[in-house]
Amino acid sequence: MTSAEAVALPSSEDVDVPGPAPAAPKQSSGRRALTPYLFLSPTLVLLIGLMAVPIAMVIAYSFMKRAITNPDTSFVGLDNYLAVIQDPSFTVSLVNTLIFCAVSVVAHFVIGLAFALLLNSDLVPVGLRVAFRAILILPWLFTVAVTAVLWRMLLSPNGVINYLATNAGVVGAPIEWLSSADLALPAITFINIWCGYPFFMISLLAGLQGIPQDLYEAAKVDGAGPVAQFVSVTLPQLRPVIISMALLDFIWTSQQFALIWMTTGGGPINATEVLSTFTYKLAFASYDFAEASASAVIVLLLSTILAVLYVRHQRAKE
Amino acid sequence: MGKGAHKRVMTASIAAVAASVIGLSGCAGGGSGGAEDGTVTLEFTQWWEPELPDGALRSLMDEFEQQNPGIKVELLSGPYSSTREQIVAGSASGTLSDVVGLDGGWVYDLVQQGAIADLSEAMQTAGYDDSQLASQVQVDGATYSIPAVNFSYMLFTNDKLLSEAGVDEPPSTRSEFLSAAEAVTEKGDASGWALPLSLESPVGVQNDVMSWNWASGGRMLANGQPDLTNPDVTATVDYIKQLNDAGVIAPGAANLKEQDKVEEFTNERVGMMISSLAHINLLRENNPDLEFSVSPVPVADGFSGTPGVTFASWGVGVSSQTEHPEEAWKLIEFLMSPEANASLATSANGFPGNVNSEPGFDESDELYKAAYEAWQAGEPVNEFNGLPVAEQLMRIFDEELQRSLDQGQPVPDTLAAINEQWTTELSQS
Repeated sequence: MTSAEAVALPSSEDVDVPGPAPAAPKQSSGRRALTPYLFLSPTLVLLIGLMAVPIAMVIAYSFMKRAITNPDTSFVGLDNYLAVIQDPSFTVSLVNTLIFCAVSVVAHFVIGLAFALLLNSDLVPVGLRVAFRAILILPWLFTVAVTAVLWRMLLSPNGVINYLATNAGVVGAPIEWLSSADLALPAITFINIWCGYPFFMISLLAGLQGIPQDLYEAAKVDGAGPVAQFVSVTLPQLRPVIISMALLDFIWTSQQFALIWMTTGGGPINATEVLSTFTYKLAFASYDFAEASASAVIVLLLSTILAVLYVRHQRAKE
Repeated sequence: MGKGAHKRVMTASIAAVAASVIGLSGCAGGGSGGAEDGTVTLEFTQWWEPELPDGALRSLMDEFEQQNPGIKVELLSGPYSSTREQIVAGSASGTLSDVVGLDGGWVYDLVQQGAIADLSEAMQTAGYDDSQLASQVQVDGATYSIPAVNFSYMLFTNDKLLSEAGVDEPPSTRSEFLSAAEAVTEKGDASGWALPLSLESPVGVQNDVMSWNWASGGRMLANGQPDLTNPDVTATVDYIKQLNDAGVIAPGAANLKEQDKVEEFTNERVGMMISSLAHINLLRENNPDLEFSVSPVPVADGFSGTPGVTFASWGVGVSSQTEHPEEAWKLIEFLMSPEANASLATSANGFPGNVNSEPGFDESDELYKAAYEAWQAGEPVNEFNGLPVAEQLMRIFDEELQRSLDQGQPVPDTLAAINEQWTTELSQS
């Protein structure tokens, strides 16, 4: 309503009998139908420009020969996909990605839930809980670059961890955490767990605080102890949050690049090669953007499966 | 909604769409700009500025702008590793700067990508005498990059650690080096040698491994094709394995980066390293008490030929998409002029790319004096310059070498595997 129309309206005191409302100006049905799309259009343009077009370009490159680097590129069908899948490094990186993601997600959940229970417990005084909350969320505040540099220094053969371990007599000689083919993958998985658990912790804490106390009281009346309450009340109530978080975390962890690249570069040999580092090397070391695009599309397809599961789960929740 | 309101919504929506489209298309613009008053602004992407003393490159650009009214230079500076990505991505998206800093190992791939311009044509058009250039990076006979400053790689030795281990002089042969490295390691406080083999940036293969081969006259290519199984390369890798088996290499080599190596040497945790002369200032700045010497990389016992000196360069090239090729060439001509080039080389602690430039080293500085003598006595070598997918080739070498050092893969198998993979990579390029 415009201000001019508001002035023209009679006050309620002047009206004895409600009359018919003033007729709204007639709009053509086409224009009316167009209006919502015009409201949406800025976002749609951004979505198309920043999401759909780049994705479509990557998909298109994946079917071309030597895309980007060769001006006279040609369509080669699935050749790039076959080359990527047949590359032994792809299999290694796929397996490493699965191990890295699965262990990270499970550990994020277990540690996140443990800390969330601690922060939600009445057994811990309020002041201490606030202090714990501030300390436990710290890893989340560091950027990946800082985390990578920090842990490279800590885990270096001359680093603090080796110094403490050797001085305490836990190990006889410094351990090459990040440069040993056997230890590098567990080491970077540990770093990823360290920097990722606060996300689970905060989400689960919010979930815990949303569980009605009546349920616990009813469980107590039925004679349930703390463990039975946890199994029969807490976990079922947190189930939607846990599934959502696990799916999201799996997708995010599978895209983890910076941490691995900055700590090990995919090495030693190919011990920490994951799909993201494999794809990066194809693009920026071999300059094979077509195969890199094919690899990226494969990752996109795998992520899409998880994304579909996530969306279906969200819909089912609604 | 009233008619007026509806119109306003329509207008606002159309304006928003237009703004978004303009905003997005704005991302596609790249390179330089021309102002209404005719001033041309050149963009110059490089990694040099962060590695030079504060304000050194800007001061040179100010001098260029003074000599060339109507041309301004905007420096786009970043670390070495991200500069290459920026150039590759900039070329693909049409946003590459007019003038770009280039490493010799990138040139072939950028030429294939059509990213950088043929400078032979520019030199011919400008009537430039290229005999004054110390070197040019060429692909198929045409020049695409001109090395402005060259950095030789030498052996850095910690005088104190070597002296405490009973070694009086820097080693000059492989057997002397092994003995010195063992002596330093046995003292217990430091390792003999730092070998960076990180896969993130596998330049250690060029600087710390292949430098041994080149120093003793060996080559890794024959007629432009991989020749990794030849006796010289085999002897070099055998020697590296011997050093590894003797336990003289600093722990964590597979994850060690170039900067880690320098840090280990600075903090006196290793007795020796092979490094760029560009690091002399850094060492002095970070550890003023460090007593160290610089000498040529040790040669194979009995070698009497001209030693090869590994070098890396700060090359400069022009974008093939620049709208101002003439102005871009003027900037290169300025950078390669005897005075500006000498100034740039002196600031960078490198050797000038113009043969007529006089490096402004302090003659009383024994380190530079020794390094310059070694540089002049040797033959500059870097077989990775102008080679396709050079970084990927180094990474392949790196991975196989790690298999040999860490998992006991026999050296002949290692070199055969590298040779095969290199041949495949080069045939696909």
